[in-house]
Amino acid sequence: MHEFEYVAPRSLADAVAVLSRLNGQAKPLAGGTDLIDQMRMGRYQPGTVVDLKKIPELVRLELSSAGLRLGAAVPCRVINEHPAIASDYSALKDSTHIIGGIQIQNRASVGGNLCNSGPAADSSPSLIALGAVCVVTGPKGTRDVPVEQFCTGPGKNVLQPGELLVELKFPSPAANSGSAYERFIPRYEMDIAVVGVGASVTLDAAGETIISARIGLGAVGPTPIDATSAAALLVGKSATRETLELAAEAARGLATPIDDMRGTVEFRKHATGVLVRRVLETAIQRAKGLA
Amino acid sequence: MATVEQDLATAGSNGSGPKKYKVIGTRPIRHDGVDKVTGRAQYGADIRLTGMLAGVVLRSPHAHAKILSIDVSKALALPGVRAVVTNADLSDPGDRMCELGEGAVNLRHLNHNIFAKDKALYRGHAIAAVAADNIHIAEQATKLIDVKYELLAPVVDVVAAMQPGAPLLHADVYTDDLGEKSAQPSNVARHFRFEQGDIAKGFAQAACIIEREFHTATVHQGYIEPQNATAFWSADGQITVWTSTQGSFSVRQQVAELVGAPISRVKVIPTEIGGGFGGKIRVYLEPVAAALSKKTGRPVQVLMSRADVFEGTGPTPGSFIKVKLGVDAHGMIVAGEASLAYEAGAYPGSPVGPGAMCIFSCYNVPNGRVDGYDVCVNKPQTSAYRAPGATNAAFAMETVVDEVCQQLDLDPLEFRRRNAAKEGVRRVDGPVYPKVGLVETIEACQRSEHWNTPLEGPNRGRGVASGFWFNCGLRSSCSATVNPDGTVALVEGSTDIGGSRTGIAMQLAETLGIAATDVVPTVGDTDSVGYTDVTGGSRVTFATGWAAYLAALDIQQQLCARAADEWDVPAEAVTYAEGGVNGPEGRRFSFAEIAAKVNAHGDPVVGRGSADPQHCGGAFATHIVDVEVDPELGKVKVLRYTAAQDVGTAIHPAYVEGQIQGGVVQGIGWGLNEEYFYDVKGVMRNSTFLDYRIPTCLDLPMIDALIVEVPNPGHPYGVRGVGEVPIVPPPAALANAIAQAIGIRMTQLPMSPPRIVHEILKKNV
Ligand SMILES: Cc1cc2nc3c(=O)[nH]c(=O)nc-3n(C[C@H](O)[C@H](O)[C@H](O)COP(=O)(O)OP(=O)(O)OC[C@H]3O[C@@H](n4cnc5c(N)ncnc54)[C@H](O)[C@@H]3O)c2cc1C
Repeated sequence: MHEFEYVAPRSLADAVAVLSRLNGQAKPLAGGTDLIDQMRMGRYQPGTVVDLKKIPELVRLELSSAGLRLGAAVPCRVINEHPAIASDYSALKDSTHIIGGIQIQNRASVGGNLCNSGPAADSSPSLIALGAVCVVTGPKGTRDVPVEQFCTGPGKNVLQPGELLVELKFPSPAANSGSAYERFIPRYEMDIAVVGVGASVTLDAAGETIISARIGLGAVGPTPIDATSAAALLVGKSATRETLELAAEAARGLATPIDDMRGTVEFRKHATGVLVRRVLETAIQRAKGLA
Repeated sequence: MATVEQDLATAGSNGSGPKKYKVIGTRPIRHDGVDKVTGRAQYGADIRLTGMLAGVVLRSPHAHAKILSIDVSKALALPGVRAVVTNADLSDPGDRMCELGEGAVNLRHLNHNIFAKDKALYRGHAIAAVAADNIHIAEQATKLIDVKYELLAPVVDVVAAMQPGAPLLHADVYTDDLGEKSAQPSNVARHFRFEQGDIAKGFAQAACIIEREFHTATVHQGYIEPQNATAFWSADGQITVWTSTQGSFSVRQQVAELVGAPISRVKVIPTEIGGGFGGKIRVYLEPVAAALSKKTGRPVQVLMSRADVFEGTGPTPGSFIKVKLGVDAHGMIVAGEASLAYEAGAYPGSPVGPGAMCIFSCYNVPNGRVDGYDVCVNKPQTSAYRAPGATNAAFAMETVVDEVCQQLDLDPLEFRRRNAAKEGVRRVDGPVYPKVGLVETIEACQRSEHWNTPLEGPNRGRGVASGFWFNCGLRSSCSATVNPDGTVALVEGSTDIGGSRTGIAMQLAETLGIAATDVVPTVGDTDSVGYTDVTGGSRVTFATGWAAYLAALDIQQQLCARAADEWDVPAEAVTYAEGGVNGPEGRRFSFAEIAAKVNAHGDPVVGRGSADPQHCGGAFATHIVDVEVDPELGKVKVLRYTAAQDVGTAIHPAYVEGQIQGGVVQGIGWGLNEEYFYDVKGVMRNSTFLDYRIPTCLDLPMIDALIVEVPNPGHPYGVRGVGEVPIVPPPAALANAIAQAIGIRMTQLPMSPPRIVHEILKKNV
C-alpha cells in the first residue's frame, strides 16, 4: 500500500475545511471496510485519509416522533442492537444485519455503504424503500438529497469536492406499515448480492388494501433503482399474490442488469421479480403485525 | 508418560469386533494440535530472517502476448530496490522430463512457467520479480518495469482450442496422435485411446443406450494458505529454502534444476502447510526467491496474494466429455464409449490420462473405448487436485448411469452393485483388479440409515454416485531414535497436511506396543531425513506409515540384541512382543525398561525404515446426497450427505473422517458454485474468495462418513489411501439429486443458480 496521511477532525466544519483544502486528494473514512481494501488494491491512492468517526453529527442516532436521524458513520452493529429500528425500520435492519459478519458490522456504516455507491450495496434498496433523505454538507453549505438521487453510477454519487454525507433522515413509519429487504446470493453467507430488493408497504386499517408502497432494487443496474412505477401498481389494490406478481413483473422490466461472474441478465431479471414478490410478502406480513 | 490404555480409552466406535490392534483405530490427540490451535505453528509466511528482503512478482496482465522487451532500469533505480530477476536469471534445464512423484513435468516448460520467456501464455504468468527493503517498495518497483507486449488472441476454452485455426499457444507442440506426430503444430498435445472387447457388438446387445455431452469449469484447489517461499543463497553456494510444499525433496530437485545447482547444495525446510490438495507440488516462487537471494546476498521472502494464487498457480482443468453407455435388458452394462478433452492450461500435461482410466473404473465394462485429448489453452498450467481428472470423468459417467437407471426403472445402488468392479474385472485401460471394496461401499449405503429413510417434501431429491481413485505407493523414509524415558523421536519425510504425522507415529507405536503419545514425530528437512516422495496420491499413511513400521521392526531387533546382551543369552532366544523384549525363563523388559538402559552403555538405538511399496490398492467410494432446490431461484440446499468409503484400515478414524469430509466439501463446491470466470480477453474476473465461491460451513450439512474396512493385503496394517477419492462422486451425486428434485438433468458444472434457472425457464416455455 502507498504512504498516506491520517487526520481525524473533531467537528464538521474542520472536516469540510480539510476536505476542501485537499480538493480531491483526500478520502473520508468511516468504518474503512470498503476504503482500506480499495487502497490496498490500488483502486484509490488518497494522499490523506480523513477519519469521520470523531465528528458528533456523524455518529449520532436519534429516534423521535419526527422520525429517525442516522449519522453517516454509525456502525451497523449499533443499528442492529436498537429494538425500535428493528420494528419500525425493519428493512434497514434486514440490510445492516447481513453486511459482513460481526467484526465488519462493528465498523461498517450505512453512510459508507451508500457513499461507496456500489450497485450491489445492501443498504441502498432499503434506504429507497424507507424514503430516506441524505443530508450533505460542504463548503457551500448544507443540502438535502433524496436517497434515490444520490448514486449516479457505479462508485459515483452527487457529492462534490469538499462535501460529505452527514446523516440520513427517515420519516416516521405510517400506521399499518411494514418493510423488508432480501438479497439473493448463491451461498448462504459471505457473499455479495446478485439481486437485492427492499420494499415498504402501508395497508389500510383493515389490513387488506395497499395504500402506498415503495420498492428499491439493487445489483440490477448501474445504480440502485427506485422502482416507483412497479410500486404504483400496488396502490389501491388488495394485497393478494396476483397483485404482487404485477409489481414483480413490472420490476423485471425496470431492471437493467449485466452478465458477469455473479449472474446473467436472464437470471437477474428473473430473480428480481421473484424477490420483489417475496419481499413484498414479508413487508405485508410485518404491516399486519404478523412477522 | 502416557499408556496404551489411555489411547484405548479415546478409541472410536468403529470396529465392533474384537480389537485386533491397541493403537490403530484409536483417536489420540494430534501431536501438532496445540501449536495449530494456538496459532504458534510456523507457516512459511511466519519466517523472519535477519536482513530479509521482500520479493514481489510482476505478472502478465494479458492472457496471450508476445514479450517484445523488458526494461527494468527504472525499477532498479528506485531507492530501496536491491535486485530484479527475469527468465534470464534462471538456468535453462533443456527439454527434459522430471518425475515429481505424482506426475512428471517438462523442465523447459517449468522454467518458462516460473518466468515467461518469449510469450506470456496466461493472465498472471510471471514476467519478472523485484527484491526490495520492504513489500511496498517492491510493489511500486514492479510498476516501473516496462514490458512491451504484442497482444495475441487468447483461447481459454478446450473445445475452441481444438478447432483448426484456433489461436496457437506453442509453435513447437505437435499432436502425439495415437503415436503419430501431427503435420502441423497444434494446441492438442496428445490424443490417446484405451480399448477392450468389441464396442459395436456390445452396443448391439443393448436395450438402452444413453449418450450425453458434459462441460466442467476450471476449478482451483482453494487451499487457505497461499504459496510462499523464503530463500537464502549463502556466499559458499549453499541454498536454503523454507516453503509450504507437499514435497520438500521435489522442491529440492526442481530448484536445483532451475538455478543450476547440484541437489546437495539445496536444502529445503518444509514449514507447516495450510493445504495443498495437489497444488503445492510444482514450484512457483522457490526459484524466484533463490535467484533474488543470489543477486542480493540476502534472504528473500516472496508471498502470493489470493489473486496470485488463482491466476498464477495450477488449477484443475475444465473439460468437455462425451459418454455413451449401453445396458442390456437384464440391467447389465454391455458397452461404453467415452471421449475426454481436458484443458492442460499453458503447457501440455493435463490429468486427462487418469481421467480416461477412471471414467469406467467403477464398472465391469466388457466392451469399451476411451479417447483422451490433452489440450493447451491460455490459462495457468493445471496441476494435480485430489484424484486429478477423476471428478470430471465421474460427473459425466455417473449421471449417465443414473439416467440409464431412470429409463430402465432400476434402483441406482442395486444397478451399481450388480455392475461393480471387483476382483478379476479388467479395466478398459488394461489392469485387472485385485481385491477391492466397491461392492462393500455400495452395500454400506444400502444398509445406511440415510438410504432407508424416505425423503419427503417438494423439490427435494436424492442422488447417489460412486468413484474410484488409484492411489500410489512411491518412496518414503524415516528414522526413529529411542529415548531413555521410554519414548521414540520419529523423523519422517512427508509434510503433514491432514494429520499424517500422527497416523505414521501410530503405526510405529503399534509395532512397538507403546502409546501414540510416546512417539514424538517431526517432519524432517531434506538434509535430516531420507528421500521421501510428495504428500500426494493418498500415499502418506500407506507408504510413510510402512517406513515407520520398518523402523519399528529395526528397533525391535536392536532392542532384542541389547536384551540378549543384558541377559547373556543368544540373540535368537529373545523376541519382541507385547510391548517389550522377552527372553528365556520368563525374562522380560517392557519397552520403557529397556529404553531406560539404551544410553547407559553400548550403541544408541536408532531405527531406520525406507519403503517403496507397490500394492497400494485402489480406493472406492459411494455417496448419497439429499438436496432441496428453490424452484424459482435455482439455489441448491444440501440437506444430508453420506459418504461410504473403503479405507482398508482406518489408522486414525477421526483423520479418515476428516479426509472424507474435506473431499466431499470440495466436491460440493466444484459441483455447485466454483468456476474460473473469464471475460472475452481471457482475464479471470473472479480471482477472490468473494466471487470464487467455495462452500462455507453454512452451506453444508454434517457430512456423515461411513468407514468401510476391507484391509489392503498389500500393507502390514491393511492401509489404503483415503485422501483423494472422496472428491470424486459429489458433483455427480448432486446432479442426480437435482434431477430427481426438479426433473432437470444438469450437464454443465458448476450447477449454479443462473444455470439451473436457465434450464427451468427453458422447460417452462
Ligand atoms: C468482509 C467484508 C464483508 C462485506 N460484506 C458486505 C455485505 O454483505 N454487503 C454490503 O453491502 N457490503 C459489504 N461489505 C462492504 C462494506 O463493508 C460496506 O459497504 C460498508 O457499509 C462500508 O461502510 P464503511 O463505514 O466501512 O465505509 P468506508 O470504507 O469507510 O467508506 C466507503 C466509501 O465511502 C466514503 N465515505 C464514507 N463515509 C462518507 C461520508 N460520510 N461522506 C462522504 N463519503 C464517505 C469513503 O471515502 C469511501 O469511498 C463488506 C466488506 C467486507 C470487508
